[in-house]
Amino acid sequence: MELVVNQKHYRLEVHADRMLLWVLRDDLGLTGSKYGCGEGHCGACTVLIDGAPTRSCVTLANSVAGKPITTIEGLAQNGHLHPLQEAFIQADAMQCGYCTPGMIVSGAGLLKKNPHPTQAEIKEAMEGNVCRCGTYPRIVAAVQMAARTAGGQHA
Amino acid sequence: MLEVERYELFAGPAYHFDLERRDFFKLLGGGLVLFLAFDHPAAAQESGRGGRGQGLPQTISAWLHISELGIVTVFTGKTEVGQNIRTSLAQAVAEELRAPIASITLVMADTGLTPYDMGTFGSRTTPTMAPQLRKMAAAARETLIDLAAEKWKVDRASITVADGRLKYSDQSVSFGELTHGQQLMKTVDEAPVTPANKWTVAGTSVPKTTARDMVTGTHRFTSDLVRPNMLLGRVLRPSAFNAKLASLDAKEAEPIKNVKIVHDGDFVGAVAPDELTLAKAIDALKAEWTADPQHSSQPSSKDLFAYLKSHPEESRQRTTPEQGSVEQGLKSSDFIREATYTVSYIAHTPLEPRAAVAEWTEGKLTVWTGTQVPFGVRSELAEAFSIPESNVRVIVPDTGSGYGGKHSGEVAIEAARLAKSAGQPVKVIWTREEEFTWAYFRPAGVIEVRGGTLKDGRIAAWEFHNYNSGGSGIETPYDVQNKKVEFQASASPLRQGSYRGLAATANHFARESHMDELAAAMGMDPLEFRLKNLKNERLRAVLQAAAAKFEWDKTKSIPTRGFGLACGVEKGGYVATCAEVSISQPDGKVKIERVVTAFECGAIVNPEHLKNQVEGGVIMGIGGAMFEAIEFDDGRILNPHLAKYRVPRFSDIPVLETVLLNRKDLPSAGAGETPIVGLAPAVGNAIFHATGIRIRSLPMVPQGLPNQPQPTA
Ligand code: FES
Ligand code: FES
Repeated sequence: MELVVNQKHYRLEVHADRMLLWVLRDDLGLTGSKYGCGEGHCGACTVLIDGAPTRSCVTLANSVAGKPITTIEGLAQNGHLHPLQEAFIQADAMQCGYCTPGMIVSGAGLLKKNPHPTQAEIKEAMEGNVCRCGTYPRIVAAVQMAARTAGGQHA
Repeated sequence: MLEVERYELFAGPAYHFDLERRDFFKLLGGGLVLFLAFDHPAAAQESGRGGRGQGLPQTISAWLHISELGIVTVFTGKTEVGQNIRTSLAQAVAEELRAPIASITLVMADTGLTPYDMGTFGSRTTPTMAPQLRKMAAAARETLIDLAAEKWKVDRASITVADGRLKYSDQSVSFGELTHGQQLMKTVDEAPVTPANKWTVAGTSVPKTTARDMVTGTHRFTSDLVRPNMLLGRVLRPSAFNAKLASLDAKEAEPIKNVKIVHDGDFVGAVAPDELTLAKAIDALKAEWTADPQHSSQPSSKDLFAYLKSHPEESRQRTTPEQGSVEQGLKSSDFIREATYTVSYIAHTPLEPRAAVAEWTEGKLTVWTGTQVPFGVRSELAEAFSIPESNVRVIVPDTGSGYGGKHSGEVAIEAARLAKSAGQPVKVIWTREEEFTWAYFRPAGVIEVRGGTLKDGRIAAWEFHNYNSGGSGIETPYDVQNKKVEFQASASPLRQGSYRGLAATANHFARESHMDELAAAMGMDPLEFRLKNLKNERLRAVLQAAAAKFEWDKTKSIPTRGFGLACGVEKGGYVATCAEVSISQPDGKVKIERVVTAFECGAIVNPEHLKNQVEGGVIMGIGGAMFEAIEFDDGRILNPHLAKYRVPRFSDIPVLETVLLNRKDLPSAGAGETPIVGLAPAVGNAIFHATGIRIRSLPMVPQGLPNQPQPTA
């Protein structure tokens, strides 16, 4: 099987029942995607598949073979942070930071589809992402900030 | 004093320093090392214990090293679990050293490298550790000035320090140039620290020092760590709490390729190279469990509150002597209200579940794990494996939060036990279901309150009895001549422990709801009623600040929209909360629309992060106030999944406004907990003002509003 992660091609032998999250984390060493529930209810494991935010903990690795996968590690380009990553730092949109990768990937997926989301659209798109530390208002602010700075051109 | 905030027992280990004086330079290289000795016994109790190491001071709370290259490293036993102390402590050090914050590294919570620390809880880091580090850094600065004065042969008073350099007229020297070739060691207990009104680094919003690692996914949480040859491990869980293993059949699990089963008494677990094989192995184990006869009739969440009242734990009762006479006070009262309030068990639900990586090398054990109590976990491990504490090292990577929920070391012991049999390092990450089941919960409780007031609005009598939810924040801040306040622990059917704002949340819910009930009985404005009975200036100040920002005097509740307020004091912080709720008809769905929180905790260290902490507390409070509750029956948790245990999400978040009162003349208190306590009663009061329905149980509206208005008394 071949996985295309952050524009790199990996040839792997992967059991048909294995979820993408663990293949990314344990086989490819990409631990930025987190385990929070394993049931699709927290968003900590979010990656982009064909640009769409997807819960990697409930996605069979096999089912996305050959498709472009972007993880949090692949958002920065040539050492330049993605505008949303910058915005999260600016807006202090984290406490423990465990939800942060999933939040940023979800937000990046949203901005790709909708470069200038309203507050309500942001909340709706990210309802499946849990931040137990309660940084939600700052995350909304960060997404809006990124939308402004990127002028809608990013991603 | 009623103080039963922590439920866990911290049996302090006999501490011994593993590091001898000369070891420091072997370990760290030359330069300057400063040890901070405790200045008062309370701090010693908080952070350290008597040391037995030779040549070292008896009690040390932190140390600081400036290398020969001028690199500053501070060692503290505190842990970073999202409360942002890695940044705020670095700010304090940068301030005193007059050095850029980026030049300072904090080594935290590594029992092999940092001084003993009792744990990171109770909002104690800011009030105790920050001033200590400040003192140590100030002493380092003074020592550097001495070195420079000697070097230049000038009066030390003419030397200034800024931006990590020392200057005298047109000469200047870096820290590294002064410490180069030195092996200087000093113990300090006093040093001239910068007063809060002169702070330039502390007191400002410095970005989180690890922010870049967090947003790029490069920070390694415990669950992300990998050791050479590491296996994954998991434990087979009993069928119910307190069940004993009757028999184990591993015939189907053992032959699975690359799997090893570990069976030791009641402990059963497996290791495997990947998560799928591991899950298959655990599933293939056939175990029979028998219920422990001692726990034959385990209560369910339905009969919980009657159970708590009827199962007191006599040894854990605290009563402050009755003041005045409640009986007399009630007799003289014009209005009397009596009510019972309840709070459910709730789960911390840290987004990073408990995790540990364990590795044995020649009888010595190293464990990486996310805990708020690294030295306590070290003791647990030493005890579990009957090895000296000096053979155990616990390292805590910055952790995916705790909220008081990561004070124990089960997962560390599990990983270590599996690693011991496997002969290889083992990582255990609890599943979400394990986290919901085998961790511990915020205590449930029952609170009975009786209050009486006079016609003019003064409180004449106050009686408050708390069963099991804890004694913190139980004393009323209002002026009452006749009062009686009691706390009684119960034999808890579920394992219970610390939680952010633990008991204070329950006690404030009961007290501040009841204050509102009294005000309503008299037909008095709740703000006016509180102010009338409140002398405490700091509490008055936050209450007035919140009311002003909220424009309380302009609010008017209607059936679909309600306004409420509450206030309180906890852990040195003063908070007032005003809430606005909407009630949709006819489904009775309640939404919190707007919350104004006024908070004061002395001098502010980092305004932006303080605001973030306050908001975080309020948002976490929404869960416990509105819908979070653990359901259980017959020794099992019935809702151990995020799909069934609802935590606050984006759509639950109201407009949040935070007013910070900065009292530079007062010492800083922690802020991780107190802001949570006003939310539930403010919301409950708002619901009452809109609908006439008084809800006296937390969570208040797990299924929306109850249909029928309840009697108000
Ligand atoms: S871990 Fe995938 S949604 Fe929670
Ligand atoms: S920052 Fe801790 S879970 Fe979001």
